[in-house]
Amino acid sequence: MSDQTTGVPQTVSRVPRAAATGEEAYLEVTDLQVQFPTADGLVRAVQGLSYSVPLRRTLAIVGESGSGKSVSSMAVLGLHDRRVARITGSIKVGGREVVNMSDKDLEGFRGGDAAMIFQDPQSSLHPYFTVGNQIIESYRAHNNVSKRVAKARAIDMLGRVGIPNPSRRVDQYPHEFSGGMRQRAMIAMALVNDPKLLIADEPTTALDVTVQAQILDLIADLQRDFGSAVVFITHDLGVVAEIADDILVMYAGTAVEHGPVNKILGEPLHPYAWGLLESIPALTGEPQPLHPIPGSPPSLLAVPSGCPFHPRCEFKDRVPDDWCTTLRPDLIPRTADLGRTSRCHLKDPDKVFETEVLPRLP
Amino acid sequence: MLLYILKRVLSAISVVIVTLVASFALFFFAPTDPAGVICGPRCTPERVADIEASLGLDQPKVEQIALYMKGIVVGREYSTGGVVRHCDAPCLGYSYTLGQPVTKLIGAALPVTVSIVLGGAVVYLIVGILSGTIAAQVRGTSLDRFVVGTTLVVQAIPYFVFALLIALYATFLPDSGYHPFLDNPLTWASGLLAAWLTIGVTNAASYTRYSRASMIEALGQDFVRTATSKGISRRRVVYRHGLRAGLTPVVTIFGIDLAFQLTGAIFTESIFNLPGLGLLTLRAFGQYDLPVLMGGVLIGSAVLVVMNLVVDIVYTFLDPRVRLG
Repeated sequence: MSDQTTGVPQTVSRVPRAAATGEEAYLEVTDLQVQFPTADGLVRAVQGLSYSVPLRRTLAIVGESGSGKSVSSMAVLGLHDRRVARITGSIKVGGREVVNMSDKDLEGFRGGDAAMIFQDPQSSLHPYFTVGNQIIESYRAHNNVSKRVAKARAIDMLGRVGIPNPSRRVDQYPHEFSGGMRQRAMIAMALVNDPKLLIADEPTTALDVTVQAQILDLIADLQRDFGSAVVFITHDLGVVAEIADDILVMYAGTAVEHGPVNKILGEPLHPYAWGLLESIPALTGEPQPLHPIPGSPPSLLAVPSGCPFHPRCEFKDRVPDDWCTTLRPDLIPRTADLGRTSRCHLKDPDKVFETEVLPRLP
Repeated sequence: MLLYILKRVLSAISVVIVTLVASFALFFFAPTDPAGVICGPRCTPERVADIEASLGLDQPKVEQIALYMKGIVVGREYSTGGVVRHCDAPCLGYSYTLGQPVTKLIGAALPVTVSIVLGGAVVYLIVGILSGTIAAQVRGTSLDRFVVGTTLVVQAIPYFVFALLIALYATFLPDSGYHPFLDNPLTWASGLLAAWLTIGVTNAASYTRYSRASMIEALGQDFVRTATSKGISRRRVVYRHGLRAGLTPVVTIFGIDLAFQLTGAIFTESIFNLPGLGLLTLRAFGQYDLPVLMGGVLIGSAVLVVMNLVVDIVYTFLDPRVRLG
C-alpha cells in the first residue's frame, strides 16, 4: 500500500492537513479532550487527540499506562460517566457524532456500529450468566429476534471464533472456559452484531504468548471477513508489528507520533518512540543491557509545560530558545514524507535517528 | 450436591444435639428451684418432693438428660398428682408453670414470630435494597448523602425506642395483635402491621447501607462496563448485571439476620403484645420454666443451623462458580 493512502488527517486546525486520498475515514477523532475533575485537581487524561481510521484498516495505539490510550477509546464508545468525565472535541463514527450523543442513541450505537473487546476476559464477562446468555443479550439488544434465533446466532459466532463444540459451550459459564477461550467468547460477543468499528483494548495482555498469537490471528481474520475498522490498544510493540497498518504513539494524553507501521517501527521521528525501541530486549547476539527511558511518565494532574516529554528527553538541548519547555510542538509532518507526523521541535529528527539512535539499537 | 446436603444436614443435627446437651447442663445444674416456684411460697417440703418426683427432678442429672433426649425421639410420660399424661414425640417436656407440653406452646408461638419476622423482612428488603441501589447509582450527589444520613439517624435510634415511638405515635395503624393467617389473612396482616413497620424500618437502614456498598462495588466491575458496551439500557445494566452481582453478599447477611430474628423478636413482641417465641422464653426465664427455655434454645439453634445451610445452598444457585460436592 502506498504512503498516500495512509495519509489521514489527524492534525489540529492551525496546521496544514495532509491530504486524505485513501478510503474515507470511518472513525474520525478530532481534538478530543477528556478531563476528570477530582479532589486533587483536574486530571487531563486526553488532550487534543486527533486520528482517523478507515474501514478495513487497523490502527494501533501504543503508549505507557496512563498515556490516555484506554480513556480515549472508551470515549469513542461513550463509556465514560458524564457526571465524572468532561469530554470535548469531536468523535465521528460513520458520520455520527458520539460526543454529546443522547443516552438513547448511545444504546443503539454501542455494540451495534461499534463494539469493544476488553483486556481481561476473566473480569469482563459476567460470572453469573452463561456465555451464550451474554452473547444472546448483545444480539437481541440490536436485533428484534426470538431467543431461539439469537441462540443459534450465538452458537454460530462461537464456532466462527474457533471454539470447539459451540452448541455445548454456549450453555457454560465463563469460569468453565480457559483464558484464551474466554477471550474468543468475548470477541464473539463483540462481533455478534457485525460492528463496523472494533476497539480492542489490550485484548492479549492477560493471555499467555501462544494464545496471544492465536487471538491476534483471529482478530485479523475476522477483520478481513467483516471489513471493519479496528483500533488496537496495546503496549506491546511486537503485537503492533504483527497486526497494525498504522501506529499512533501516545504520551501524557496526546499523540506524539503517527504514521504507517513500518515507518514508525523502522525509523521513528520522536525521542519517546526512540526510547520505546531502545527498551526492547534483543533476542539474538550477546545479551545487552536495556536502555530504559529515564524518569517516569508525568502526572496527568500537572502535565509539564511545553512538550510534555521534555523532562525525560535527552535531545532537548538541541532545540533553541527553550522551546521544549515553553512551547507545545504541533503534530505535523517533520520530514518530506507527509504521511507521518510527529510532535517534536527537533529540526532534523530523521538525521538524529540515523546517526545517533540507530547505532545504539540492538 | 445431594451428598453435600446430606453431610451438611448430619453435621447440623450434631450441632443441635451438642447445643441441647450444653444448655441442658447449664440450666439443670444451675441452682434453680422449679418445684418451689410451682408450689408457691407456702409449701411443705413433702409437697416439693412430690412435685420434683413427678417432674423427674429427683433423678440423677445424666438420667434426666437421657430421658429428655428419649422424649424428643419417642415421647415420654409424666405423672402429676397421680394422673399420668402422655407426651408425644417430639416431646420437649412439660411446662412447669403452664401445665402444657412445650411442643404445643412452641407450636402456638412459632407462627407468630415467623409472621412478624418474615413480614418485616419483606419491608426491609424492598426498602433497603431499592434505596441502596438508587443511592449507589447517584453516589456523591445530595440524594445519596440524604439516604446515607437517614440510615445513620435511624441506626442511631435504639430499636426498642423506635418500637415504642411507633406504638405511641402511629395510632392510625390498626390495633396490633395476632390472628391466625388461616382464619382471616386481612386481620392477620392488620394486626401485625405495626410490628412489620418497626422491624422493617429499623433493619432497612442497615440493608440500605449493605446494598449501597455492594452495588457500588458491583457497578465498578469490568463486566458492568462490558454490559454497557453492548448497548443495553442503563436500567438493564444496573438491575440485571449489577444487582445480580451486588445482591449475592446481601443474601448471606440476610440469612443470618433472619435466623437471629426468628429466635425471638423480644422487644417487638412485648411492645406490640404478640405472643411469639421471644415472649414465651422471656416469661419462662422469669419463672425457671426450664423445659420451655430448653425448647426455645432448641428452636433457636435449629433455626440457625438450618438458615446457614439454606444460605449455602442458595449461594450455589446465585453464583455458578460455587459448586458443592
